[in-house]
Amino acid sequence: MGLLDFWKKIEPDKKKSPFLHTAYDAFFTFMYAPNSVTKGGVHVRDGMDLKRTMIHVVIAMQLCYLFGTYNIGHQHFTAAGQYLGFLEGFHLKLGHGLVKLLPIFIWTNVVGLGIEFFFAAKKGHAVEEGFLVSGALIPLIMPPDLPIWILCVSVAFAVIIGKEAFGGTGMNIWNVALLARVFVFFAYPTTISGDQVWVSGFENLAAGTSADYGMWHGLMNHLFGWMDIDTFDAAKTVVADGYTGATPLALAYVGGWEAVTEHYTTAQMWWGTIPGSIGETSKIFIILGALFLIVTRIASWRIMLSMFLGAVAMSLLLNAWGATPFMTVPWYYQFWMGSFFFAMAFMATDPVTATSTNRGKWIYGFGIGFIGMIVRVMNPAYPEGWMLAILFFNTFSALIDHYVIESNINKRLASA
Amino acid sequence: MLTTVLIIVGVVLLLASILSITDNLIQIEAKKSGIDTQKENMSLFPRVSDFTSAKAPSFAKENFHLLKKGHNIKLAGEASGGVTHVGVNRYAIQPTNFRGIAPIPKMVVELGNEVKAGDVLFYDKGNPDVKFTAPVSGEVVEINRGEKRAISEVVILADKTQTHKSFDIPSLDGNDARQNVINTLMSSGAWTLINSRPFDTLADPAVTPRDIFISGFDTAPLAPSMDVIVGNRAKDFQAGVDVLNKLTDGKVILSLDGSKSSSPLASIENVEKHWFKGPHPAGNVGIQIHHISPIKLKEVVWTLGVQDVMTIGTLFSKGHLDMSRVVAITGSEVKYPSYVKTYVGANLSELLTGQIEKEGTRIISGDVLSGKQKEMAGYLDIKDDQITVIEEGNDHELFGWLLPISPRPSVSGTFPNFLFPNHKFQANTNTHGEKRAFVMTGEYENMLPVNTYPQHLFKAIITNDYERMEGLGIHELSEEDVALCEFACTSKQPLQSILREGLDMIRAQQ
Repeated sequence: MGLLDFWKKIEPDKKKSPFLHTAYDAFFTFMYAPNSVTKGGVHVRDGMDLKRTMIHVVIAMQLCYLFGTYNIGHQHFTAAGQYLGFLEGFHLKLGHGLVKLLPIFIWTNVVGLGIEFFFAAKKGHAVEEGFLVSGALIPLIMPPDLPIWILCVSVAFAVIIGKEAFGGTGMNIWNVALLARVFVFFAYPTTISGDQVWVSGFENLAAGTSADYGMWHGLMNHLFGWMDIDTFDAAKTVVADGYTGATPLALAYVGGWEAVTEHYTTAQMWWGTIPGSIGETSKIFIILGALFLIVTRIASWRIMLSMFLGAVAMSLLLNAWGATPFMTVPWYYQFWMGSFFFAMAFMATDPVTATSTNRGKWIYGFGIGFIGMIVRVMNPAYPEGWMLAILFFNTFSALIDHYVIESNINKRLASA
Repeated sequence: MLTTVLIIVGVVLLLASILSITDNLIQIEAKKSGIDTQKENMSLFPRVSDFTSAKAPSFAKENFHLLKKGHNIKLAGEASGGVTHVGVNRYAIQPTNFRGIAPIPKMVVELGNEVKAGDVLFYDKGNPDVKFTAPVSGEVVEINRGEKRAISEVVILADKTQTHKSFDIPSLDGNDARQNVINTLMSSGAWTLINSRPFDTLADPAVTPRDIFISGFDTAPLAPSMDVIVGNRAKDFQAGVDVLNKLTDGKVILSLDGSKSSSPLASIENVEKHWFKGPHPAGNVGIQIHHISPIKLKEVVWTLGVQDVMTIGTLFSKGHLDMSRVVAITGSEVKYPSYVKTYVGANLSELLTGQIEKEGTRIISGDVLSGKQKEMAGYLDIKDDQITVIEEGNDHELFGWLLPISPRPSVSGTFPNFLFPNHKFQANTNTHGEKRAFVMTGEYENMLPVNTYPQHLFKAIITNDYERMEGLGIHELSEEDVALCEFACTSKQPLQSILREGLDMIRAQQ
């Protein structure tokens, strides 16, 4: 118990430095489960707590993190026509991915957790675990080249306005991670939409533009040079002729499924070796994460299933209508493109902002799938709908719950 | 293409609406001719429940209820063997056991008085006819006071040979039989065994209850077996049931365990029997009432435990108050988990002599979900037929939230508990986490087999929303019913005390 004694010894005074004490408490309870015992109610408590719940969501995302990091590098070199095999240039792709991902991850958590700690100290309660998941989700839904200052502003907006203003973890109306993204989307649209932003490391994607390498690439070059393997070379890595960086959705909007398959195979889309936000491209790894969440009963399978059904229903209707090329994309191929699965597994199922009644969950999920598909197919500016559809239904989740509860109440009163 | 699809959709919709209207008309006609459409399926379509519900076993005739929601917490230290006698000298009646009476009752005895079993100890000034009587004969040796001078215990040092006050037994026939029965129950103290719902308080003799409910089995963790508790006293139980039938214009309803084909109470008559099968809290009387005949606004029902009914039975068959109880001594920290025969309010340290070896244990009168924490010198609560002793969990566990070293009971899928369905846990009292705002949803619903939205009920209580509290059926619930929700709560909310707060608010309004 030497470690425990050490922790006890360095505990800061709560009155003199509340912020330090809050930070200390957050890290201490991270290390050690509290020694508090039950009082007054049940004598035995379930082994589950909010920390454990949240960390399991983060665990479910780890495959997306691994793949997403590598895919940043893979897309970078694909744009230049180098190392076209997935595992070729492994160290360069991984190195470039880490250079892009780590600052985004670190800054997201520094800003988000900093604000959380500050508010916790100010309000005098323990740091709550909500940002553990938000801080892991935000990097996955951002484009790899997003300027760090924009990221920080969006995270600060989401945490302060979206969460702390409502009272902290458990009280927010909108999904915090999506709020950060929607802030970037409306405040700095050029950094998160169009064909240019999904491939990192180039000023723009015009043919002949050479790669934009910085200090970290240089440091890694020293290492790679010493190991006598390929190094980052900005002169050689130039955007290839004819490369556009367009995502499958952008292609489908213009030319339907044929246009998509000209550029990408279904296998590429399924495994995720396509441009996109950092963590949302690989369908298979997201589905594995979703299954993990369903098996551990952390996320609601009702929301996931009904969201899928809603999307299928709308796609079938659009197929029947068939007015634009995008509408004619067969309904099952809609799921090969875009971030449907990521939104389904990690965004729509957020228990705080989703509906809380089981019947409400069916309505909520179906609505997101239904409306999200409309936004995806019919919106000329931005061909993906889940972010907006989820925020839209976050807004209405309390109303849906209200009517579900009212019907229960009315039934009880009617029998009285 | 589009027109074909639209035509097909239109035709299907038309056919569906014709079917649906026909179905509705049949149902309306059925209702007009007096058929209960809730029970008889008069629809054209089969019900979902027709496919999912299990067939009732042969011993459970018509009143079979299969409950799916809930959870059995399997703990180590189940009582076994026959009933043994333990020498206990001190017994106490605790006014705090009776909800709804004033905290300082009017004392009738003084220190040093000799009492017989059935002699009056004190009464509530608000209802002076309801007497609280001595469970055993002996000398009043202590009258202990708690906060604000409220009386916490009236302790009796029991005689070696018990003497009983005898009561005149009224006839169960005749016009004023009900009033005579009530008078006998009140003067003997047996009245104090009757609970009233909603609010789970001491029954009011001025009220005629709609029905009287008795749960004939217990599903709580380590709960005693009814076979042992009833033993060969089914006759006393029958006598008690006959008395209870005089108290209500409705029915006396007995619930039995639907997972067992035999019950010592299966042969009881003059009751309506219901069989319940399912995990805890299927054995809670509140849950059973909900499925048999829910308490509506302004209705009152009464509830009794099995041993309470047997006490009433002996009172009317033998003419004296027999407050003896079979109690299960359970829990992982008990050396010999067993059944003992004693009386209401027995002293815990005497009951547990030689049973506890370790330091740092918690003694609970009742089960681990809704029992009360007691000092070693404390006394068994009047309604309890179980003592549980478990380990206190007041130590820090390194990364305990992430990588728990010791197995612990949980309803969560993140623990490998489902691999060991028969493991008996040595649970301790650690909270396994800190209190948080409500975050997870659907957890309570899975633990409470009642058609309501518990999380919204608790939120309504916290925000003093009376209409919604009543609308969501707060009057159907008591602490023990939501105790399992509290166990499972990820946010570690004190749900039982929140519910009681709400019940008190509603009661204060009436």
